[in-house]
Amino acid sequence: MSAEILGLDLRALSGELAARRLSSREATEAALSRIEATDGRVGAFLRVTAEGARADAAAADERAARGARRGPLDGIPLAVKDLFLTEGVETTAGSRILEGYRPPYDATAVARLRAAGAVLLGKLNLDEFAMGSSNENSAFKPCRNPWDLGRTPGGSSGGSAAAVAARQAWGTLGTDTGGSIREPASFCGVVGVKPTYGRVSRYGVVAFASSLDQVGPLARTVGDAALLLQAIAGHDERDMTSSTLPVGDYLARLEEGAAGLRIGVPREWFGGGLEPGVEARVREALARYQALGARLVEISLPHSRYAIAAYYLIAPAEASSNLARYDGVRYGLRAPARGLREMYGETRARGFGPEPKRRIMLGTYALSAGYYDAYYLRAQKVRTLIRRDFDRAFEACDVVAGPVAPTVAFRLGEKLSDPLQMYLADVFTISANLAALPGLSVPCGLHPVERVPVGLQLVGRPFDEATLLRAARALEREQGPLPAAPEA
Amino acid sequence: MPVADFDVVLGLEVHAQLLTRSKIFCGCPTTFGAAPNAHTCPVCLALPGALPWLNREVVELAVRTGLALGCEIQPVSVFARKNYFYPDLPKGYQISQYERPICLGGAVEFTVGGEERRVRLTRIHMEEDAGKNLHDVAPDGSSGVDLNRAGVPLLEIVSEPELRSVDEAVEYLKALRAVLVALEVNDGNLEEGSFRCDANVSVKPRGRERLGQRCEIKNMNSFRFLRQAVEFEVRRQVEVIESGGKVEQETRLFDPDRGETRAMRSKEEAHDYRYFPEPDLPPVRVEPGLIAAARGALPELPRARARRYRERLGLPAADAALIGSDPEVARFFDAAVAAGGQGAEAARRIANWLNGDVARLANESGLPPRAWKLTPGALAELVGLIEAGTVGGPGAKQALEECFRTGASPAAVVREKGLSQVSDASAVEAVVERVLAASPAEVERYRAGNAKLLGFFVGQVMKEMKGKGNPALVNAAVKKKLGGP
Repeated sequence: MSAEILGLDLRALSGELAARRLSSREATEAALSRIEATDGRVGAFLRVTAEGARADAAAADERAARGARRGPLDGIPLAVKDLFLTEGVETTAGSRILEGYRPPYDATAVARLRAAGAVLLGKLNLDEFAMGSSNENSAFKPCRNPWDLGRTPGGSSGGSAAAVAARQAWGTLGTDTGGSIREPASFCGVVGVKPTYGRVSRYGVVAFASSLDQVGPLARTVGDAALLLQAIAGHDERDMTSSTLPVGDYLARLEEGAAGLRIGVPREWFGGGLEPGVEARVREALARYQALGARLVEISLPHSRYAIAAYYLIAPAEASSNLARYDGVRYGLRAPARGLREMYGETRARGFGPEPKRRIMLGTYALSAGYYDAYYLRAQKVRTLIRRDFDRAFEACDVVAGPVAPTVAFRLGEKLSDPLQMYLADVFTISANLAALPGLSVPCGLHPVERVPVGLQLVGRPFDEATLLRAARALEREQGPLPAAPEA
Repeated sequence: MPVADFDVVLGLEVHAQLLTRSKIFCGCPTTFGAAPNAHTCPVCLALPGALPWLNREVVELAVRTGLALGCEIQPVSVFARKNYFYPDLPKGYQISQYERPICLGGAVEFTVGGEERRVRLTRIHMEEDAGKNLHDVAPDGSSGVDLNRAGVPLLEIVSEPELRSVDEAVEYLKALRAVLVALEVNDGNLEEGSFRCDANVSVKPRGRERLGQRCEIKNMNSFRFLRQAVEFEVRRQVEVIESGGKVEQETRLFDPDRGETRAMRSKEEAHDYRYFPEPDLPPVRVEPGLIAAARGALPELPRARARRYRERLGLPAADAALIGSDPEVARFFDAAVAAGGQGAEAARRIANWLNGDVARLANESGLPPRAWKLTPGALAELVGLIEAGTVGGPGAKQALEECFRTGASPAAVVREKGLSQVSDASAVEAVVERVLAASPAEVERYRAGNAKLLGFFVGQVMKEMKGKGNPALVNAAVKKKLGGP
């Protein structure tokens, strides 16, 4: 019974709940048992909120019994990255400095899931303050890839991707600042969507780099991701950078296929660093699109070669400021000290791990008097140029397609001692963040040699998530589902 | 060279709390006096994940202020983060404006020593206030932080270094404060810190072009302290130069107990604030419609009002300026003049009473005009009674006190308390006769040529009449009965 439930994707489960052939309680118990059985190996969860989940499920079943089901997410067991604030439930951002912190409010995206009736299973592992590409920067424990426990799940939303791949939850929320949804989605063989900047409220999400951070869903299928995005997207008056543009219907045209779509293939994304097995799968996916009636258009994104450099000025600069509030004064860790300066110093020395420290130093330096123009300001100009590249490209194409990451999931520890190598994992994803565009990762098969998933990245016009999802769905339907992750 | 051989150059930075109901980036109230941290929320506590949202009222008040001071309102301005660590600054940065403030240019006009002065403004920008550190509040000696004030909106108004003396600085501040109060954007309270001022002070040998090195002086929360601080600082800088030294750029703190400024941090210790545009807030766009509406709603400003009082009502400049500088008093005055309706003479009398006894009573009671029981109509009525000779100075004063306390009508008070003056000539004459009869010796001396004794007889008569005699009648009757000296 449990295995059958776990085999359903989100929309299928929703159908069963709607028809009352299954209860939310059964689904929730199946998920909790699955977490119990697998998470010792995977490490996707930092916290399982079993009691809360059971209460959520009971309430959902009660609504279903009354015929008052709130919609397709009512009663569906989900989980969120531990970067989202959850009222009364410890929220750490993967950092010692917030260990034990219980927020007094829910992030807007979480509140919207709750309002839709979702069951929240717990909080998911991540790189500390979402800084990383392997989940190895978690202050608490590593997360492992359900396809191969010797590999990382990617990051920073590693737990969010691994939980879906391990069938511990029917969908999760992650955040993406430079690829933190798409790269782990690609590594774990799930669908991950980074919406347009401003499409989903950032309120209540621990800030990493405010002008780049965006919330998005991870799920087993494109349709499941679309459903989750539908629930969380839209203006929030508490986030002035959230857009007031109306939210489209992401499901209405999901099945319309790829015929007639113009798919832009950036020359620059198929250069030296791309691993041949990954390239092979990505090219196969492009060929499938052609077969489905889409037209491939070669495009150029000449400034994307500066994306990493610009990103590693802008993101640390903003992070250095965003992380200033963790000072030991009001909440979180406070190191014992004799005076104020010592309290600041000790608290932050003990509370932050090496990667946040590295980025605080980088960012502080980049913003320093005399360096601002040469670094931060110049990086912002690069950002404008990257956006213009895309604007020009979208005159000739409807979506841009390419690899998510240069490689498949790498081994734990492989890049840990070389931050620069780690940073390069985001070389293809960062541009969409800098340009504030929507992007997603959809599985496009297993690596021919390594037998772990490869993801195809699609990037769309601003606020055109609908086209992006439709294109992803066309590929998903054509190639069929991946097998279940074998090692969970 | 003595101090007099140096030019003083001053620039002022004013921080004025805006009279909005809620804070600049959240919905918490801005009222004072609540228990520590009662007026806080995730945003002004800087909890993880909280984001600022801009209170539009702050922009409106900034635009109103900018228009009144003749600034160019910028169609697009940008908030920036000013980064530094301090326990009263919960985010670890202050949201302020840096490269692109909401207002550029403008000027403050004032009069000093009879000279009209116009000092230009560099800029006005919007920012949030910090909280307050509380020391020695806990039994264990630890310090606390009260964040009720964190996020209260401020305007920072920066002048060009064009003020040439401490007198100019004081008059500039008074004029600026009067404008802000008239605009109802600020309550003008220096003592409570809702109107704060920092001064940039430098000196240079008289006539030299190049400005001297400046020091920034902080913590002057009254006009008197501003005067003391700047005078001390000018002397200090002159002494440094005179003794062959160099004035170092630094921030100095005024110590009101010792009346001197002290070095707080040197240029080397100055913070690098690492300003950058605030990514959580889109640029502030001020639509032409908002500017037009704000311009249309601008109230009459103190200097324009004082001019009107001088030119139309003939008030002396000092009275006109005093009434004109406080919008509530000015409103009271305008209403009283309208109720009186007897022209310039009545207006002058109303102004005299308002700046005199009414101001004294208001001071004693601590009540602002809106809380007075005395109505503008009542003051006009009192002046009417004086002009008609119904009540004399002392009676009017007594009546005013009663009216101020109770809100009663002056005519009724005068009647009930028997304060009306005796204007019946025969009654006055009868008293005069009694007084003269009682002082034969003085009458004798007066008639012998001692004219000074006239005052003695008038005084005796007034005393006899308990101050209610019409002074003109009493004077005339005494002279008549005494005959020429």
